[in-house]
Amino acid sequence: MIDNLRFHGEIILSEVTLMIAITLTINGKPVTAEVEGRSLLSDLLRDRLRLTGTHVGCDTSQCGACAVLVDGAVVKACTMLSAEADGTEVTTIEGMAADDGSLGIIQQAFQDHHGLQCGFCTPGMVMTAAALLKENPNPSDDEIRDYLEGNLCRCTGYHNIVKSIRAAAAAM
Amino acid sequence: MPKDFGVGASSKRREDVRFLTGRGRYTDDIDLHGQLYVHFLRSDVAHGRLETVDTEAAAEMPGVVRIFTGDDFREVGSIPCGWQVTDRHGEPMKEPRHPVLAEDKVRYVGEAIAAVVAETAAQARDAAEAIIVDIDDLPAVVDMTDALAGGACVHEEFESNLCFDWGFVEDNRDAVDAAIKDAPHVTTLELTNNRLVPNAMEPRVAVGDYDLSTDQSTLYTTSQNPHVIRLLMGAFVLGLPEHKLRVVAPDVGGGFGSKIFHYAEEAFCTLAARLLRRPVKWTATRSEAFLTDAHGRDHVSRIDLALDRDGRFLAVRTETLANMGSYLSTFAPSIPTYLHGTLMAGNYATPLIYVNVKAVFTNTTPVDAYRGAGRPEATYQLERVIDKAARELGIDPIEIRRRNFIGTDQFPYATPVALEYDTGDYHATMDKLVEIADVAGFEARAQDSRRRGKLRGLGVNCYIEACGIAPSALAGALGARAGLYESATVRVNATGSVTVMTGSHSHGQGHETTFPQVVSEMLGIPEDQVHVQHGDTASTPMGMGTYGSRSIAVGGSAMVRATEKVIAKARKIAAHLLEASDEDIEFSDGNFTVAGTDRSVAWGEVSLQAYVPHNYPIDQLEPGLEETAFYDPANFTFPAGAYACEVEVDEETGKVDVVSFAAADDFGNVINPMVVDGQVQGGIGQGIGQALLEHATYDADGQLLAGSFMDYAMPRADDIPNIIVDHSCQTPCTHNPLGVKGCGEAGAIGTPPAVVNAVVDALQRGGHQITHIDMPLSPSRVWSAING
Repeated sequence: MIDNLRFHGEIILSEVTLMIAITLTINGKPVTAEVEGRSLLSDLLRDRLRLTGTHVGCDTSQCGACAVLVDGAVVKACTMLSAEADGTEVTTIEGMAADDGSLGIIQQAFQDHHGLQCGFCTPGMVMTAAALLKENPNPSDDEIRDYLEGNLCRCTGYHNIVKSIRAAAAAM
Repeated sequence: MPKDFGVGASSKRREDVRFLTGRGRYTDDIDLHGQLYVHFLRSDVAHGRLETVDTEAAAEMPGVVRIFTGDDFREVGSIPCGWQVTDRHGEPMKEPRHPVLAEDKVRYVGEAIAAVVAETAAQARDAAEAIIVDIDDLPAVVDMTDALAGGACVHEEFESNLCFDWGFVEDNRDAVDAAIKDAPHVTTLELTNNRLVPNAMEPRVAVGDYDLSTDQSTLYTTSQNPHVIRLLMGAFVLGLPEHKLRVVAPDVGGGFGSKIFHYAEEAFCTLAARLLRRPVKWTATRSEAFLTDAHGRDHVSRIDLALDRDGRFLAVRTETLANMGSYLSTFAPSIPTYLHGTLMAGNYATPLIYVNVKAVFTNTTPVDAYRGAGRPEATYQLERVIDKAARELGIDPIEIRRRNFIGTDQFPYATPVALEYDTGDYHATMDKLVEIADVAGFEARAQDSRRRGKLRGLGVNCYIEACGIAPSALAGALGARAGLYESATVRVNATGSVTVMTGSHSHGQGHETTFPQVVSEMLGIPEDQVHVQHGDTASTPMGMGTYGSRSIAVGGSAMVRATEKVIAKARKIAAHLLEASDEDIEFSDGNFTVAGTDRSVAWGEVSLQAYVPHNYPIDQLEPGLEETAFYDPANFTFPAGAYACEVEVDEETGKVDVVSFAAADDFGNVINPMVVDGQVQGGIGQGIGQALLEHATYDADGQLLAGSFMDYAMPRADDIPNIIVDHSCQTPCTHNPLGVKGCGEAGAIGTPPAVVNAVVDALQRGGHQITHIDMPLSPSRVWSAING
């Protein structure tokens, strides 16, 4: 991931900006970076590390497109400061494929059951589903729908997302 | 038998792999070397005179490269409207200038006043706060009735806020009035089609780039139709000819109509990049999306349905106020007129129809097409008034519809509102619905709900839509300022694989999977040997893009025509190789065979000869195997169906739960059933959202009260039940080569009346004499209706 570190667009500032040094693990790889105090985890992932699979769909922490796992728990990356992620283990959608690069179980279930259309909410849905299935390996439809309360999808009507997560649970 | 591949197979979507692994390439994922960022300072008042915009202090802020105001853009063109409506007095609609940045006045909350371009997005945002804006507030007009009654003028160059007063068909007006006056029974309903915010999950983004060495501009944008943006922005706003302008719409995270239109931010980023000689990027926040993405619906209507004593429809008359917002968005005038009035016959043989629409300017965000666009408004009026009439006459709501259906023997059927339905079988979809929704078992379910303290209701309705937009000459006669054909280039590569370049655009619909299914079927080669390229004006032929459920019906037809041309040429090459005449060559399963013999050549041998023409009829045939077709449809297509919704209403709280939903659709032939199911389910989700949850509410001063996901109730996973979808009733379209009708908007069109009919049914079963509640049927509205 270090290889992907690019400081694009960050022209040297004329004023001194306080930078905070952080070290964390992202998708199993160590990352160190200096970030501005106001930098969000979603900024760090998208703009600095070019992990653009984490999407930003709102500014009120409602849509869940930016959901990632931080130390195993679902976190909306737009509500966490990069500095707060210091020392944590972060998993993003880019870290969800199987070791051989093929789709992981949840990802495969989403493809098999047409659980996505435009794909924009999908990374957040997959990450949230991963957290759900870790907590509750055999959820009912109602439990799935309840767990997705922080994730908005405008394309699918949720029907096939629920179906995909149900199928992923069965396949695990 | 379900197929494994080709037309009719539920092929898994190949694009999913990149979306599921975080490798999609959306516009906000594009960052260019040396890129600048723009932040728009937007008006926080709905109506006012712009006195001063003082940028002096802001210009000195760190990282600021330049600040633009309306004065800098006075020389560029107005953001154009692509459709001109002529009103019932023969006058053209009133068409105001629509500036890139506000000039002299602001007309809605969210209108851009200044644009700060800086080295980082944060610096641009910070500097915008240092701009001092002095606005002399004017009274705002928000309510359409007030706007027509002489409230403040949104555009002072016009005498009123009336954009146009449209009658359709004007010659029928007196006959319809007379029929309603003399009818044995007239049912009247006044209703509102609530204003919605489309809210594709991906906010809009624009990145402008300029290459000094070639004098070429490139715009990366979240668009459903990059060629349309190139034409509108290049020709009308910036004066850039097509060969100097490339528009790229890469992966786009949903559109639902809101990304059809040309927006000010696209023109700004393109021009600013030329002026500053560096790329300029804008990424909307969701709050900006709420204020500046064109909204949908917002009609207030009164409909009269005249019936005889047996419930047969004699005449329909409807009067609508349609909110245009503050400016005319790209297709805004067409929505309440030709996509609404023309659908007022529905699935029924009503002999007399008259539609009046008054389009109104208000100090609100512009309103334009949102999934369904005009057709949901028509369907909602008609199917609600029919439901009310059935209850007044004591006829079962399904039966009254059956009595009035256009019969299968009446096709092609010319409606009194200018359309000619080519084919359909409305009894068949209703029969299918009654089966899949288990209508027979409803009473038992209602009793079970009653035991649990809930009122259960069943709502049923039909819908029809005009899709496959559109025959260009007809659209032009009705006011379209563009052609509405579609294009495809089919490029056979030397080794036999195929690249399809389409003018259609996929932003969730799955074209990269479904289009190859068609070509694979036609050429007899595997689907994975066909690749679809879309979304870049530099690599696709001029096409009109994706909306109005037109991609497979119009874009797919263009692809079929181009593929047919490819086969015709390949047949000639094969005939040469086989030393036979063209007419004797049969083509199937990827092989060219001399009829009645075992002599054949494979697809790959023919394609190779086309590019390595050593043994080739070079004196009669050019090398290469690539063909382009432009397909202009002969008619619209007419998907239709019947929907059933069951709700449970809690009388104590007014809360409505949709407990089941079933849809029986006739889309003609279906290319990929899995994808079609998904389109319908998604549309139903949006329809339930409109019926129960969503409302873009303004206060009297023109402030958008529902301006974020905290305030605007989007449907969430637990608001929508599992959905039963069936599209086995198929009356193929008679005028396009695939026999397809389109499926993208059906759910959003057919669903709202089903939900509202169900709630009214539940309440009446509970003894409440309620005939209508306006959407969204929130707990407070339902509770208030119950409790008077």
